[in-house]
Amino acid sequence: MDQLEREIAELKAASTGGESKIGQLEQELKAIQPEPEKHPSWQRVQLARHPKRPHSLDYIQRVFTDFHEIHGDRGFADDAAIVCGWAFFEDRPVMVVGQQKGRDTKQKLLRNFGMPKPEGYRKALRVMRMAAKFGRPIITLLDTPGAYPGMDAEERGQAEAVALNIREMARLATPIVVVVIGEGGSGGALAMGVGNRVLMLENAIYSVISPESCAAIIWRDSGKAEPAAAALKLTAPDLQRLGLIDTIVPEPPGGAQEDWDRAAESLRQELRKNLDELAPLTARQLVDQRYDKFRQMGNFFAEAV
Amino acid sequence: MAWFTRNKPSVDTPEQGERHVRTEGLWLKCDGCGQVVWRKALDDNLQVCPKCNFHFKIDAAGRLKLFYDGEWEEFDNNLVSTDPLEFVDSSPYKSRLAATQKKTNLKDALISTGGKMGGRYVHICVLDFRFMGGSMGSVLGEMITRAVERSCEQRVPLVIVSASGGARMQEGAVSLMQMAKISAALMRLDEAKVPYISLLTDPTTGGVTASFAMLGDLNIAEPGALIGFAGRRVIEQTIRQKLPDNFQKSEFLLDHGFLDAIVSRNELKQYLVRAFDFFAG
Repeated sequence: MDQLEREIAELKAASTGGESKIGQLEQELKAIQPEPEKHPSWQRVQLARHPKRPHSLDYIQRVFTDFHEIHGDRGFADDAAIVCGWAFFEDRPVMVVGQQKGRDTKQKLLRNFGMPKPEGYRKALRVMRMAAKFGRPIITLLDTPGAYPGMDAEERGQAEAVALNIREMARLATPIVVVVIGEGGSGGALAMGVGNRVLMLENAIYSVISPESCAAIIWRDSGKAEPAAAALKLTAPDLQRLGLIDTIVPEPPGGAQEDWDRAAESLRQELRKNLDELAPLTARQLVDQRYDKFRQMGNFFAEAV
Repeated sequence: MAWFTRNKPSVDTPEQGERHVRTEGLWLKCDGCGQVVWRKALDDNLQVCPKCNFHFKIDAAGRLKLFYDGEWEEFDNNLVSTDPLEFVDSSPYKSRLAATQKKTNLKDALISTGGKMGGRYVHICVLDFRFMGGSMGSVLGEMITRAVERSCEQRVPLVIVSASGGARMQEGAVSLMQMAKISAALMRLDEAKVPYISLLTDPTTGGVTASFAMLGDLNIAEPGALIGFAGRRVIEQTIRQKLPDNFQKSEFLLDHGFLDAIVSRNELKQYLVRAFDFFAG
């Protein structure tokens, strides 16, 4: 390529009738030039949604032992978009709560594309309260495009369910480690996202709105998601810079979809480190640490004169 | 040369752009019943249609006049956003903010106040929908959190009046985290057993409904207010069918068990005063 570019430049400099040769070389160059690079933020959005990316249950299988699922919110139904249950992390009893996407069509429908309904959040809250009652650490795995925006979800109080989870998570007197493993879709993710530690996989995203919806609002064109993704600052490094997450969990080269075992191992190490750090804190200290963490988060204001 | 020419204007018509009726601004059409309403009758009736009880939107200052016995003090009204994302769409967020601040004479979408209501000192925060759709960014989040903390320390009852499209997109995940910050503060207020009443007005949606607006000891709303989590269009696209007209209205939420009461604007002050008599004694 370099050589072709050089030849074109030389011919142009000498340009005394070699136009046809220049045109021919330029076409050759065009043919071998790669597609224009996608914005790195958009690449990460695509990785976070990659069809082969490990989901909550894939990590649960690899990171925990003896996982037993707990079903239902004891009020309305069992929402398969959220899986939770008790398990052991390196012999330590822990409660795991994860948002679950499906892989094939049948599973996708079962899991409602990873979009929880109010009963899912209420199940998560019930289980997390149980964990706090017995002093068991909670690990939540976030991976949702957002809370389900449907008629039945509205009828059963989606907003109330999300709001209550956020407030109650602030109150739970037990260690909470939050991990964004794929898509952190706005309030639907935050409803399980109030922890003493917030970790994020290298290629995960966390945002207040999807790039598509953002583009639809700004440019009235959801096809312009790429620049919207860049503007929203939704990648793990962006969020760490803004002080909204604590740690980035490294993924295998190319992304977690390339090697599930290595991705899970990487997550295990970070979980161990964070659980160890939180273990000596008292119940009071845990609640206060979590409060202070979110109290100081996202303070981007100044006093006007 | 044309065969026919008009030598003098036949009728005396006013210049374009000057046509108007002298009564302009005195009458307006009600969005509820479609009838023509005399503006003065509306002003005398707290911006509620005298014919159909439709509640027009009112701005934050107008709302405060409705509640307080007299004067009130303002808190934290000098905070401004520092644009953490350096967000630029059709125009930069910074200049959009500046323009809105000039237009509304507010620094952000909230007024945080304290004063006497029915003889009792209370804190009232009011969101102003005119300011970027009442959206919640870092300034609004901080102002409400400080108000909640102030209520908590001084044991002063709190009212938050919501009118908002939700989190402010231009501040990205920073505005998302305001939901957690405010809700955590409300957890402490709850533990301190200081009463908090959330009043939802037209419209309250998104991240505001999904955090502090639904976390009152009482959640009440004005009649006919749009209240929801997801936007109507988003839901229609998801389920691919038209939604009923009353969907996400106050009455719909009351029916489904997510509001404690619907209170008309002319009864609101009395309701709040009596509620705090009950809670705070």
